[in-house]
Amino acid sequence: MDAIRTEALTKHYRVGFWRPRPYVALDALTLEVRQGEVFGFLGPNGAGKTTTLKLLMQLIYPTSGRAEILGRPVGDVAVRRRIGYLPENPYFYDYLTAEELLDYFASLFGYAAAERRRRVASLLDEVGIGAERRLQLRKFSKGMLQRVGIAQAILNDPEVVFFDEPMSGLDPLGRREVRQLILRLRDRGGTVFFSSHVLSDAETLCSRVAILAEGRLVASGHLSNLLAFQVRGWELVVTGLTEAALERATTLGHIARATPLGAQHYALELPITVAPDGVLSELTACGARLVSLTPVRETLEDYFVRQVADAPRERGLGTGT
Amino acid sequence: MQVVRHVALSVFKESVRDRVLYSLVAFATLLIGASYLIGQLTAGQDVKIIKDLGLAAIAIFGLFIAVFIGIGLVWKEVERRSIYSLLSKPIRRHEFILGKYAGLALTLLVNVAMMTAAFYVVLAYMNTQASDALRAVWPAPAADPGMLRAVALIVLELLLVTAIALFFSTFSSPFLSAALTFGLWVAGHFNADLRNFEVVVESKTAAYLARGIYYVLPNFAAFDIKAQVVNALPVPPTYLLLAAAYALVYIALLLTGAVLVFSRRDFK
Repeated sequence: MDAIRTEALTKHYRVGFWRPRPYVALDALTLEVRQGEVFGFLGPNGAGKTTTLKLLMQLIYPTSGRAEILGRPVGDVAVRRRIGYLPENPYFYDYLTAEELLDYFASLFGYAAAERRRRVASLLDEVGIGAERRLQLRKFSKGMLQRVGIAQAILNDPEVVFFDEPMSGLDPLGRREVRQLILRLRDRGGTVFFSSHVLSDAETLCSRVAILAEGRLVASGHLSNLLAFQVRGWELVVTGLTEAALERATTLGHIARATPLGAQHYALELPITVAPDGVLSELTACGARLVSLTPVRETLEDYFVRQVADAPRERGLGTGT
Repeated sequence: MQVVRHVALSVFKESVRDRVLYSLVAFATLLIGASYLIGQLTAGQDVKIIKDLGLAAIAIFGLFIAVFIGIGLVWKEVERRSIYSLLSKPIRRHEFILGKYAGLALTLLVNVAMMTAAFYVVLAYMNTQASDALRAVWPAPAADPGMLRAVALIVLELLLVTAIALFFSTFSSPFLSAALTFGLWVAGHFNADLRNFEVVVESKTAAYLARGIYYVLPNFAAFDIKAQVVNALPVPPTYLLLAAAYALVYIALLLTGAVLVFSRRDFK
């Protein structure tokens, strides 16, 4: 059974007051997220990430298509007992304290008072909220609210956690703590589905990613599959390389860039069109010695930019899907 | 049911923290200040005036709490997006609406109970200050328990106003919800005139239309028995029961409407 499954999930809005026209917020998203994986849901602003999360939480209803969490329809209250959700830029009740808010949410799961106290105290410790837990939430900074938001999302030891921009508003220390938390959730067997702009986080944490652009899924799969074979050049490090030999190779177009590392010691960037063994033979014939030769692979950021740049821009209906 | 209770308690807690109960201080100050002034200016009528003033003040303070909190109950949650986290928990949308309503109803009940207690304290004090001769001409004792019937109907009226405000707040902005709720409250106090509209207009269509509006609009005038209880006039128990039944049916319809609207709503 998949943790999350969507089939042609679609959401249209009507925009404009006098002459309303359809706007495709999400277009036929089909996705499967397996249990126990950390899944990155990536895309630029307005790509449809939050729309997808809201559909999965049934905060909005789909125009067509269907979605399931843990094999049950998303509206099922029984499913909500087994999931957690952190909305983007969460906001809570001004006049409740962090402790009271979590106690209130815990009560909705039916936990007894003693169990609620235990959970709330341990969660606030886990997300790094100390004495401030007894302050009213209107006095909290954005980062502190984010921590409370994370705490409420994992209050019920969820099997699937949905994080919408979990690193938003956090300082570097906070981001590190959230990364560790996500890994802990995964190690406990949980599934984490998170949307993020921070590609380095996705690269560090995710086993699989999906990239959304203009409401459409443009790529998805294992990071290793998406990036492994996308070699975009070679880095050749040599020593004993004379300036004359370097100039000749550059003139021939064999070297895209040369970065000096020391006396006659260079890191050379070779374009993908050049065979590295040929250049190496040429340079060694002039007295250079090989230190290392490594392929330069595409980063998730390169891949992301390429996919998003290729995505169609029009989001009205009837413009092709 | 447990979920509704927890939502209601959180509304009550937030209302108390949001200084709603400060209205009680304003009420007590108004009542004590007014009694002192009226005591200086009138002879013999002071208890009656205080009763009129006290019951009217309970109704008006309650009305402001019902409207101004009621219109924000759902709107604030949606606007500030606190509803996103809440609805991802095991809670159904109708439980959310019923919990919000019950929470404000509880806030109002506590407010009205405390205002009523303060009201009776002031009246009991005035009773101790009056001579036997003066007490003999009062239509009813100062701290007449019969006034609780008027308070009970005020509570029903406030519960109905709350349901109206909550209904509007499920789909409308606070400003519009407040305007519509106050508009209905005013219209509902004067809609008895609509029932006999044919007396003042010749058009039968207009008369039928007015009669139709009369039946649809909430009849708030039915909950006003202040003059009767202050003057110790009889109020049949069946009247009270009918008023209660009318309020409960109307509230049930409004809450059903609120649930239907809210259940279909997208939180963009």
